[in-house]
Amino acid sequence: MLDDFMVRAALAGIGVAFASAPLGCFVVWRRMAYFGDATAHAAILGVALSLAFSMSIFVGTVVVALLMALVVSVLSGRGYAMDTLLGVLAHSALAFGLVAVSFLSGVRIDLMAYLFGDILAVSRGDLSVIWGGAALVVALIGWRWSALLTSTLSEDLAYASGINPKREQLVLTIALAITVAVAIKVVGVLLIAAMLIIPAAAARPLSRTPEGMAIAAGLIGILSAIIGLRAAYVLDTPAGPSIVCVAAITFIATSILKGLGRQR
Amino acid sequence: MSLVQVEGLSVRYGARTALSRVSLRVEPSEIVTIVGPNGSGKTSLLRAIIGAIKPFQGRVVQAGSLKIGYVPQKLHIDETLPITVSRFLKLSGGVTAADIDYTLAQAGVPELEKAQLSQLSGGQFQRVLLARALIAKPDLLLLDEATQGLDQRGSASFYQQIETVRQNTGCAVLMISHELHVVMSASDRVICLNGHVCCEGTPAVVASAPEYRALFGTGTGGALALYRHEHDHGHDHADHCHDHTEATE
Repeated sequence: MLDDFMVRAALAGIGVAFASAPLGCFVVWRRMAYFGDATAHAAILGVALSLAFSMSIFVGTVVVALLMALVVSVLSGRGYAMDTLLGVLAHSALAFGLVAVSFLSGVRIDLMAYLFGDILAVSRGDLSVIWGGAALVVALIGWRWSALLTSTLSEDLAYASGINPKREQLVLTIALAITVAVAIKVVGVLLIAAMLIIPAAAARPLSRTPEGMAIAAGLIGILSAIIGLRAAYVLDTPAGPSIVCVAAITFIATSILKGLGRQR
Repeated sequence: MSLVQVEGLSVRYGARTALSRVSLRVEPSEIVTIVGPNGSGKTSLLRAIIGAIKPFQGRVVQAGSLKIGYVPQKLHIDETLPITVSRFLKLSGGVTAADIDYTLAQAGVPELEKAQLSQLSGGQFQRVLLARALIAKPDLLLLDEATQGLDQRGSASFYQQIETVRQNTGCAVLMISHELHVVMSASDRVICLNGHVCCEGTPAVVASAPEYRALFGTGTGGALALYRHEHDHGHDHADHCHDHTEATE
């Protein structure tokens, strides 16, 4: 079964949707969308470094994404607005990454594959990295779920209940770095944030509890991956963007449903 | 043993000193109120007690296994986060459906269990926050201007509820309030804060202290009057009491 590249692609897409769902909900609730975007952009620098030092791309991107998050948290609160800081770091990391890649003589790499993903070329090895990473992210968030939710609602409530919100923030940062590293092959650095935010946003009108929203986001993400791949096959469109398009259409549909519900 | 012991606590934000060498204790089942003008460090003090702010100097000692119920001044629930009141209350862990029913009734909002948190009115929301603080059966309840957004009657009944809770559960209460007249009448002890502890003692002692009068003026004497009036402790100056009450009404 795994010999079929379409099956491997679908499994890869489902794996990414699985990890992005609970993490994406926190990204939406905590207004970290731009942070997710910045981490993803920085990953291209990770790709360049991995290739230069012939490391695994997964390790390189995780390390650079974590460093990026660390720099942001050190620099924040020092006179720069968060969005300025993230804008500077994200785009500099992307630019340095692109420049660094150009220095890699002898290695012919397809930059487009990292910017937009290359889900149809997912190998068995990639699949195990994607599913391993996704399982790690879901386990991490599941383990800290209550503490994360409390810190998201209010840092002071968290402190009063003996939870350290800074530690929970670190958990999310690590989960984000892993998700970015895992999702590069599937949707590419430019569309990772879309996989985080759009399914979660589309799930919002359908949910009454945080858990419900995470599950709905997961289902929407998985459906988007399957339908998007099918559409890419039939219409001969790029696979990663097609998946994001399906998720976006779902978002529009649930928003309209919510609007109708209000009128009644 | 004291539930919380604050020793020589100083808090700084950059170069600005918010609190300097503040010491206080809260004993089991007493109600202590902190009063003070805006910017006097009241919220910083509570946040230092829960551990959200690191002291610049001094320390905060909590009794072993102290359970704190905290009602913050303001809490913004983002529209994007769907959460029902009962799910919110379950966040503490080990909470049963019966606990939720009982605590919501205790907080005076028994009908809100299935409501969305972001749809509540200001008064309902404060009571749900109180319920959340109570559900873990705290030894110490910390209230930071918990009646913001309530009208006078609402806040009076809110504080009555606090007193009832104290009677029923024996938890101590440390609260901040700007509603001097309501709060003073319900407190065992008042601490007047203005960056440092200006004066402290029973409501009667504090209200007549020159430091307190310098901060709040003599017009608030009515607060004390109300206190004596309601509790009828048979103080010597009962006559003044009535004068003041009339003056403030």
